[in-house]
Amino acid sequence: MSELQGKTKMSDANTAPAAGKKSGGFNLVHLLLEGRAFFALILIIAIFSVLSANYLSVSNFLIMTSQVAIFGLLAVGMLLVILSGGIDLSVGSTLALCGVFAGYLMQGIELEALGVILYMPVWAVFICTLAMGAFVGVVNGVLVAYFKVPAFVATLGTLYVARGAALLMTNGLTFNNLSGDPSFGNTGFEWLGFNRLWGVPISIFVLTAVAVATHLLLTRSPFGRWLYSTGGNAKAAELSGVPVKKVQIWVYVLSGVCAAIAGIVLSSQLTSAGPTAGTTYELTAIAAVVVGGASLMGGRGTVQGTLLGAFVIVFLGAGLVITGVSSYWQTVFTGAVIVLAVMLNSIQYGPKAKSG
Amino acid sequence: MAAAPVSNTTPDTKEVVLAARNVAKSFGAVHALKGVNFDVHRGQVTTLFGENGAGKSTLMKVLSGVHTPTSGELILDGQPVEITSTVVAQELGISIIHQELSLAPNMNVRDNIFMGREITGKFGVDYAEEDRQTRALMKELEEDIDPLTLVEDLRLGQQQIVEIARALSVNSRVLIMDEPTSALSATEVEVLFKVIHDLKARGVSIVYISHHLEEALTITDHAVVLRDGVMTAYAPRAEIDLEWIVRNMVGDNFDLGTPPDSTFGDAALELQALCVGAASGSGLAVDHLDLTVRAGEIVCIYGLMGAGRTEMMECVAGRLAPISGNILLHGRDIAKLTIAERIAAGLVLVPEDRQRDGLVQTMTVGRNLSLASIRNFTSGLFTDAKVENEIVNRSIKEVTVKTDGPTAPIGSLSGGNQQKVVIGKMLATKPSVILLDEPSRGIDIGAKAEVFKILADRAKAGMAVVYTTSEVTECLSIAHRVIVMRRGKIAAEFTHDTTKESIMAASGESLVA
Repeated sequence: MSELQGKTKMSDANTAPAAGKKSGGFNLVHLLLEGRAFFALILIIAIFSVLSANYLSVSNFLIMTSQVAIFGLLAVGMLLVILSGGIDLSVGSTLALCGVFAGYLMQGIELEALGVILYMPVWAVFICTLAMGAFVGVVNGVLVAYFKVPAFVATLGTLYVARGAALLMTNGLTFNNLSGDPSFGNTGFEWLGFNRLWGVPISIFVLTAVAVATHLLLTRSPFGRWLYSTGGNAKAAELSGVPVKKVQIWVYVLSGVCAAIAGIVLSSQLTSAGPTAGTTYELTAIAAVVVGGASLMGGRGTVQGTLLGAFVIVFLGAGLVITGVSSYWQTVFTGAVIVLAVMLNSIQYGPKAKSG
Repeated sequence: MAAAPVSNTTPDTKEVVLAARNVAKSFGAVHALKGVNFDVHRGQVTTLFGENGAGKSTLMKVLSGVHTPTSGELILDGQPVEITSTVVAQELGISIIHQELSLAPNMNVRDNIFMGREITGKFGVDYAEEDRQTRALMKELEEDIDPLTLVEDLRLGQQQIVEIARALSVNSRVLIMDEPTSALSATEVEVLFKVIHDLKARGVSIVYISHHLEEALTITDHAVVLRDGVMTAYAPRAEIDLEWIVRNMVGDNFDLGTPPDSTFGDAALELQALCVGAASGSGLAVDHLDLTVRAGEIVCIYGLMGAGRTEMMECVAGRLAPISGNILLHGRDIAKLTIAERIAAGLVLVPEDRQRDGLVQTMTVGRNLSLASIRNFTSGLFTDAKVENEIVNRSIKEVTVKTDGPTAPIGSLSGGNQQKVVIGKMLATKPSVILLDEPSRGIDIGAKAEVFKILADRAKAGMAVVYTTSEVTECLSIAHRVIVMRRGKIAAEFTHDTTKESIMAASGESLVA
């Protein structure tokens, strides 16, 4: 039965989705394909739990999930951009730029004219940093939506510019003094990275909040509908009155803000902000989105899937570390997982995409 | 050409190169072909007639190996053959020139002609030989095109010639031409017909598809008529005339409705000296066009391809900017408004190409239907699923979409139902003026009649309806007025009691034949 359906799917592009849905009943192949990221995660956890006693411990889980927080934040922002049919290569650099920008603000701004050093409260630092992330997003979005620069090229450009700006701001050095001073009233920066609520790192709560908000945005708000239609068929969306250009700008802004949040969380975890932080993180974020089942052509993908993708990649990497596999092999495995995910995506979406 | 297998067939079938026997092709629930029989005779032209959606293109795709038939068989030189791919078809000597050009615009004429079958010598590709052969082909086709010209620099008609040259260069025995003249000028058509005569003399069999009935009649030797996937008639040229074709194409009880007896209100849409630039960058696609459509009125715009219908529609809807002129909606100038603002003001467009511009393939039937009216079911920050369901279910009922439900993938619908979804999506915004660019393209007659009925009902309720068509029978249905466009201008205007002949004459169609 399942094999028969598989054949229909390959040979008959236009009707495959209908055939798949209509037949109903239990279809193992379909189920495995739909929930592949979830099953992959279970498999990874099961395998490494057998290989290493430490893997399944609570402390290891919490360590792994704080790593997931960083990539998950970037990936959720990336998901929005990918849903619109674009790509954001600048998030790693934006993360670093926002990290050092926050660090710079924490060091105090010297106002020479007044002869004073301005120390901002931590919440104000956070807001300025998020604004910085949003600014990078606006630049990306305007380049893509109005100047018709291909997203790949536009964000590749900002990848370099943001990284360069971060290096210039610190002169290549790292801000180490982020803890603030009680006398200036700006302590608490490390709260995000270190503190725990009911034993769970705060960064997990941050990721959860961002993910839930994004999920609601995608599934319940008009913007979500606009985004899926823009990525699915921008021309049809435009003719239906969807403000396609605004949607394109907003996804990059939101991606920039997500990168800024990730930047704050990362420098808070490290209590230092370096200009080279987050190098190649954009690739991990894209990988998480793709492993989570989103289509790089746009229009398909969910927050749940993306989070699963982030968990798969981090848990796999951590498992390989804990079992003592060489880091060179880790790179090979991660790459193989990504290629496999893209292959499965094209099996799931390929025939349908052709019919359009 | 590889020698044809020596066959021991009777003299009767010897004439027949390629034959289709009970060929059927289904796409899921959609039966595009329901058992078609016909013969292609050696050195003769067989023309396929049929309306959009009759199954002509599907049949051609079966013959050329793009689709494999669901049942039935193909017989080449008396032997049953399985044409499983376009490569197999080419090896058997069957080539096709598609309606949509399949050239790479970024490459030159020579490289396009030899694409995939490059002539190689000792030192890689033998460009000199390819050049020589390309020049020979161009000479044969009487078209002065340099082999090194980029295809994107050629006019559409010239690109068509290149496509034909490519088919000729593989020494086809059977050459399928799907609407080869739709983009050609009158002189280019003449050249093409001369080429067809030469090919016939060389023993090449031609399968020809055209919407220009008169034009096709001048060159065909046999006629096959398809309707709704069934072959309705098959006869040699000597026994047929135009009337015979039309009768078999559209059937006897063909009724697309009559103009509704609505009371006309004030002017809903006014175009004043509207000018729109051509896509090529030079010249005007729409040339100082004046048009007034009143509330409750249905206006049909007829014209050949390139007459400027689509450009006019897209300009009014806000997709193209006008060069000059005014667009008034209920007396208000809307030229500066965005597409979304025009929709909010009550003006909507159902685009020509529903796959490319009308539907979001990644979304469900329901999501497609509600896409243009999201604002109507949004309260606060979030959409209201209940209200949305009401809107979607009402739309499905109103435009009679046959579907498993709102959550069915849009790709599971037939062409006619997909078109109804696009129309239903725009109607859900409660417009006062609806523009439809070729609303009947590629949908079957039943769906066509249903679409026209929906429009007639809306007009009766006071909506202004403007639709374009390239099929004359559709002009004389629900439209109160028929406007014939030609080269961006209004060539003639008729009331609904005019004749097909006068409409076609005004469009310039008779010139071609």
